[in-house]
Amino acid sequence: MTNGNPILPNVTGHVLHVTGLTKSYRAAGEEVAVLRGVNLTVAAGESVALTGESGSGKSTLLHLIAGLDAADGGEIRLADAQVSELSDAGRAELRRDRLGLVFQQFNLIPSLTVEDNLAFQSRIAGRHDAAWHGELVERLGLGRFLKRYPEQLSGGQQQRVAIGRALATKPLLLLADEPTGNLDEDTADEVLALARDLVTRSGCGFLMVTHSARLAATLDRQVNLHAGVIA
Amino acid sequence: MKRALWTLAVLLSHWRRHPMQLATLLIGLISATALWSGVQALNQQARASYDRAAATFGGTRTAMLVARSGASFPQQLFVDLRRAGWPVSPVLEGRVQIEGRSFRLLGIEPVTLPADVGNAPAVGKADLQAFMTPPGTMLVAPETLADLKLAEGARPQANGGALLPPLRVQPNLVPGVLVVDIGVAQGILKMPDLLSRLLIGKATGRHAPLESVAGDKLRLIEPDAETDLERLTDSFHLNLTAFGLLSFFVGLFIVNSAIGLAFEQRLPTLRTLRACGVSARMMNVVLVIELVSLALVAGLIGLVCGYFIAGALLPDVAASLRGLYGAQIPGQLTLKPQWWIAGIAISILGALAAAAASLTKAVRLPLLATAQPFAWQQAQRRWLTYQSALALAAFAAAGGFLWFGDSLLTGFAVLAALMLGAALILPMLLEVVLSLGQRYARAPLGIWFWADSRQQLSGLSLALMALLLALAVNVGVSTMVESFSRTFLVWLDGRLAADVYVNAANDEQAHEIRAWLRERPEVEAVLPGGRADTQLAGAPLEVLGLPDHATYRDNWPLLQSADNAWIKLRPGDAALVSEQLARRLHLSVGDRIEVPASGGNWTLNVVGIYADYGNPKSQIAVNFAALTRRFPEIPLTRMGLRVAPEKIPTLISALQEKFALGDRNVADQATMKAESTRIFNRTFAVTAALNAFTLGVAGVALLTSLLTLANSRLPQLAPLWAIGVTRRRLAAIELLKTMSVALITTIFALPLGLLVAWCLLAIVNVKAFGWRLPFHVFPLQLLWLTGVAMAAAFAAAALPVIRLARMQPASLIRIFANER
Repeated sequence: MTNGNPILPNVTGHVLHVTGLTKSYRAAGEEVAVLRGVNLTVAAGESVALTGESGSGKSTLLHLIAGLDAADGGEIRLADAQVSELSDAGRAELRRDRLGLVFQQFNLIPSLTVEDNLAFQSRIAGRHDAAWHGELVERLGLGRFLKRYPEQLSGGQQQRVAIGRALATKPLLLLADEPTGNLDEDTADEVLALARDLVTRSGCGFLMVTHSARLAATLDRQVNLHAGVIA
Repeated sequence: MKRALWTLAVLLSHWRRHPMQLATLLIGLISATALWSGVQALNQQARASYDRAAATFGGTRTAMLVARSGASFPQQLFVDLRRAGWPVSPVLEGRVQIEGRSFRLLGIEPVTLPADVGNAPAVGKADLQAFMTPPGTMLVAPETLADLKLAEGARPQANGGALLPPLRVQPNLVPGVLVVDIGVAQGILKMPDLLSRLLIGKATGRHAPLESVAGDKLRLIEPDAETDLERLTDSFHLNLTAFGLLSFFVGLFIVNSAIGLAFEQRLPTLRTLRACGVSARMMNVVLVIELVSLALVAGLIGLVCGYFIAGALLPDVAASLRGLYGAQIPGQLTLKPQWWIAGIAISILGALAAAAASLTKAVRLPLLATAQPFAWQQAQRRWLTYQSALALAAFAAAGGFLWFGDSLLTGFAVLAALMLGAALILPMLLEVVLSLGQRYARAPLGIWFWADSRQQLSGLSLALMALLLALAVNVGVSTMVESFSRTFLVWLDGRLAADVYVNAANDEQAHEIRAWLRERPEVEAVLPGGRADTQLAGAPLEVLGLPDHATYRDNWPLLQSADNAWIKLRPGDAALVSEQLARRLHLSVGDRIEVPASGGNWTLNVVGIYADYGNPKSQIAVNFAALTRRFPEIPLTRMGLRVAPEKIPTLISALQEKFALGDRNVADQATMKAESTRIFNRTFAVTAALNAFTLGVAGVALLTSLLTLANSRLPQLAPLWAIGVTRRRLAAIELLKTMSVALITTIFALPLGLLVAWCLLAIVNVKAFGWRLPFHVFPLQLLWLTGVAMAAAFAAAALPVIRLARMQPASLIRIFANER
């Protein structure tokens, strides 16, 4: 798949390849296998919903893809980068330059204004694009709140800032872990619609963990994680 | 680089949003640096002065030849040694009185004076002629000129009437010293053809052995790296350093508390930064850069504050050193570049040490742990056990130092270990008391009160430790000073038993005064006095002559004595020794000492030990008649008089009128006691000031901890407000809680302080000064300090409590809603 969008870096085909991924934890002295050989792909411009019951390993899979944790076995390839082979610094670089992360808790920096929060990741990645930044502000409807601090915003507004920050670097893949978990239904719909719109506009891949079948249905594809494997 | 700067900007933005936390951190660092640097400035100033004194024309930094017995030797020996190739230069030393004040007179011979005599001021060639030819020149330090209230070129008159050479300022000279040509000095001191010592310059060729030229008349003294003054004043400076160090640590408690809280509050931000792609290495580097930058700013401000603190304390320190040791310290502060560098370094190292725990946490920060801003509170509970174990180890170390140690340093080590142990065990003690309170509470609000106090404890424990240490030191030092004060006044009554003291200008005048006094019916007794200076076991010794009179027999402050000690003193083969000397040489009643006297060694039986507080020199007291036989050259100018109290003023006026004596030459007992007490009080003014500073810093520590905790406390209080407890009542409960934990801390600090006082009196003072004081407890003083501590706690708690009482309901609703 080729994207003709000027915003996205020139990547074709699948941006994410997960092959035979395994991960176990020790809990109460016992080895608990969370992922038992997960295979998953996400194409550029594609939005995928990752569903599953609590404890099925959805967040763990997302964290492994983001390089926040290390897998026991298998392979994660993001474009041409082998995530599992990277050092801590390499994984930090990957998150900075190629990934956008959105969490349920928003995870904004409370001491920075909305404007600085939006620009933060793109600035440390050295890829700040004023035009794209302006477009994000406009599409996310954050123009009136740029000088405010996160604590002065509602939950929905904070999550919009988090999405904007994640997309400001023009990532290859946007990873979202229950991004609407803290929002009411109407706000959740509104935020997700915005996210989908921006993903389409940027042409990046989008992988979202959610419990909600209703929200999952609005994305291009749904995959269900059950007993540590993609069902 | 840009990436690091952006990360740094994010970290710094935290302080912009939390200015109170930044202020706390800076106040802690500034206080720590200021107090430490201030004390170091004082020490440095004093040590520089000792060096100047030591280097003044043959102090202990120069090799020299001195008489094997007695204080002086014939000038012919100098001539003989020069002829034999010895590069020696003569010095004559004595004391002259000008306007009733005593000055050290040094006679030198500038032509032969070795070029390498320390940093002694050289007499320039142009001035050589003026210096050596009559009337000569008298070199003085600027401070001495100011003391004399004379201008350069003026000729002061000595008390004997002799006109001294014109004054000329020599900036590097030590205060209190007058330097003249040796011929002039011999004339002034009436010691023709006599010398005190010969300074030895660098030998250029071979010279005959000393014995072949001077026989056994002279002995060689090698240069010494540490001066007498340095040795004597070590304890004083150690004391100052200990105070500086304590204040420094109390300051660091504040820093640790502020950094700890800031780190916990920034944990989510740090995780977000990591999630956004900041590597662990970069984040740690940036955290250190941030801390070092803050420490640099605080260090510079702290140094300026330290300079002013030192400037403010210097007059009292100078007075203490003059009163206790006779050391002359100039009143103007001059600091070396090393002081500035060391100050900045200590600020940075202190900040890094205080932040070590937080930085370690940052290095080990797990990326995926849920952000728990107050996880440290739970962690603190686990640490209580470790802390208590450490406290027990510290107490054991204190016991070990006490049992096995035998030096001033181990004395301080006992104190340090004791206080460290007490500070570490404090949170556990508070936890026990508060959980007991919780167990016995019945009302729901009461149960919450105790439970919430326990939860708050971890955030306050460092500040409470600071309060504990500051209070304990205050109790300890105040008890020591008060014990000293009480003992000193009783001792003074014994030592100053005569009613009037007279010091004649010279022996002739003393003779005339004695003859005149014998004709006065109101004079019940004339008690002649005299003292000689010699050396014993390598240290200066003062030999005091006491007449055989009931005034001394009834009042002299003997600590131990043989039977009929005063009768045994009469024949001249026995002595009373000062407590300092007895401790230094491990002397007991019944022992013997050999004292070098003018005619050879003088063997004396020790028949008593007496208290001699405040005297830096070792001293012995012998029969006056025996002293004059053994040291015939000493001036006999001092005398004490027994006079009926109502006749004292008339007698003093008559004496002053008849013999033109100034106030310094004749004084009554009350004036002498008042002067001694004034010197005593001044001596401890520095201690009082540092005490107040330390308590002030502890107060700031408590205030800053409460302020930084105030916001995080709101989520705990908002639910109570939501269920109907008024803001006013909540504020009152908060105040009560702070006051309760402060009170428990204070109650613990009082016995600890008394233990500190005991250590100071029984260990540190004995090692530092050579005397042991009786231990007294002053209940009113303890009550006063408790009041001060509670006032400090109230003041610290008031601001956050007022903020809470005035908080808008909307803010509480928001907090309540968000926390749910």
